[in-house]
Amino acid sequence: MCFTENFMQYLVNGLANGFLYALIALGYTLVYGVLQLINFAHSEVFMSGGFAGYFVLQAVVGRQPHGLMSVLMIVLGIVAGACGGGLIAFLLERVAYRPLRRRKAPKLAFLISAIGASYFLFNLAGKEFGRTSLSVPYIFNGTNSGIAFTFLGAQVQTMYLIWAAAAIVLLVSLDRVVAKTKLGQGIRAVAEDAETASLMGVNIDRVISQAFVLGGLLGGAAGFLYALNFGVVYTMGFTPALKAFTAAVLGGIGNLRGAMLGGLVLGVAESLPLSCVNFNWQDVIAFGILIVVLLFRPMGLLGERLGRSA
Amino acid sequence: MTPMLALVGVEVRYGAIPALREVDIEVRQGEIVALLGANGAGKTTTLRTISGLVRPSKGAVLLNGRRVDQVPAHQVVGLGIGHVPEGRRIFPRMSVLENLQIGAYHRRGVTQAELDHIFELFPILRERRNQEGGTLSGGEQQMLAIGRALMSKPQLLLLDEPSMGLAPLVVEAIFDIIERIRDEGTTVLVVEQNAAQALQLADRGYVLENGSVVMADDAETLLGDERVRVAYLGEGAA
Ligand SMILES: Nc1ncnc2c1ncn2[C@@H]1O[C@H](COP(=O)(O)OP(=O)(O)O)[C@@H](O)[C@H]1O
Ligand SMILES: [Mg+2]
Repeated sequence: MCFTENFMQYLVNGLANGFLYALIALGYTLVYGVLQLINFAHSEVFMSGGFAGYFVLQAVVGRQPHGLMSVLMIVLGIVAGACGGGLIAFLLERVAYRPLRRRKAPKLAFLISAIGASYFLFNLAGKEFGRTSLSVPYIFNGTNSGIAFTFLGAQVQTMYLIWAAAAIVLLVSLDRVVAKTKLGQGIRAVAEDAETASLMGVNIDRVISQAFVLGGLLGGAAGFLYALNFGVVYTMGFTPALKAFTAAVLGGIGNLRGAMLGGLVLGVAESLPLSCVNFNWQDVIAFGILIVVLLFRPMGLLGERLGRSA
Repeated sequence: MTPMLALVGVEVRYGAIPALREVDIEVRQGEIVALLGANGAGKTTTLRTISGLVRPSKGAVLLNGRRVDQVPAHQVVGLGIGHVPEGRRIFPRMSVLENLQIGAYHRRGVTQAELDHIFELFPILRERRNQEGGTLSGGEQQMLAIGRALMSKPQLLLLDEPSMGLAPLVVEAIFDIIERIRDEGTTVLVVEQNAAQALQLADRGYVLENGSVVMADDAETLLGDERVRVAYLGEGAA
């Protein structure tokens, strides 16, 4: 019967995608928290992470890595992706946003600047790296799409396990950084009351930059993880990032744990109905959710703002 | 002797509208100075100028003889100026403890002894230390805002209407604490609409009107002044 048929498989697929959405969504929510701004160029942060991971693996992967070597390659790819994403996010803030902030530009100017930066970046990537999809070198015994095991009828890809493990490590790390470190304290203070934070000695510009970079690290890592499965291409950021934005809104934009939850919920919500309807409906469902959330619960599931330990 | 704080010919504009004109104010080491005036007189603007949140269009702000009016706001606290802003502005989602810790953001390491000192001044904060700041009562929030500023170890403490919206008993408690803070070595510049109480506490006072200093004198003299009594102490003309 529809919906129950292959339920576990769709759940597993949905959760796996959801982990990636969660990683990307944090970039939106961190920046929104400190700047009340949607960084619509975050899709290109994700793309840059994908390419960075791709090029590094291209350079170092030997013949059919396996075992420990596979793990090393994954870690290397994630680090490269994170660095690529973090760097682009840092530059974006410097070039596309900070000058506008200095001039106290209206919000609309930021949005236009974001879209401009996004088009610039993905077209630059298209020009430099070609317009066709490139696949990341195989790093597990000559494939990237092996099945690790079967669980209640659902095939669990090795890739899914890697996505989940990497995402959990990164999400928990971010959560701890924001809750426990001085860097996180600054981010939360600026999110709650930027001017008072500056009276306490918090350098608002620096915190904003840090928020971009943190979000960029996660988004870039997600770009690489995605690329492992789907390859890299200059337009790769568009749809996943828009979905992650949906996830961030779903969880309550500005709320970190909300973004994590929103990512997983969205991943599952767009996947489960696919046992009833054609695969082509997936994006329709995801963005239908965005519209419904905006209409009926614009503060999201967990509410807006960077919470105390969220 | 150079005063700890000096505003010299300070002018501040919001767009074309001047909020402060030719303001001269001095605060000497160990004093409590009251800055009085009606709503909109420019009291908050004066404190914000000292903290670097607004830039004067003319004049200078000097701390121990050094110009500080071009220092970025986030560096001012490091120079020894603690600011308790109007409306307290504590971080509502952070715990009381975190609010205190962030007061020491500009320096390294918060010791238990420093926290204990704040808890000794405000015992209620110790009880509430794990509660979110936003859940405190108005008086408790004011205490937290003062405690937070003290955590920065200021030589000069700026207080913007610490009595605002508080019950008389709470105001009295807060004013007692301000006196104690001064006795422990911190110089205080306090903005108040509650002129009578502020002048009883202060050594000297300034009266602002429409952005200009119209009176500057010993607190006692101001308390006895006819114009002050009529305008700010709510007494009818004799
Ligand atoms: N951010 C601002 N933009 C424009 N005008 C302002 C701003 N802040 C204060 N003002 C104006 O400056 C004057 C002084 O305000 P303020 O310093 O807040 O007075 P007080 O603290 O004595 O009530 C008022 O006329 C007020 O309306
Ligand atoms: Mg005021």
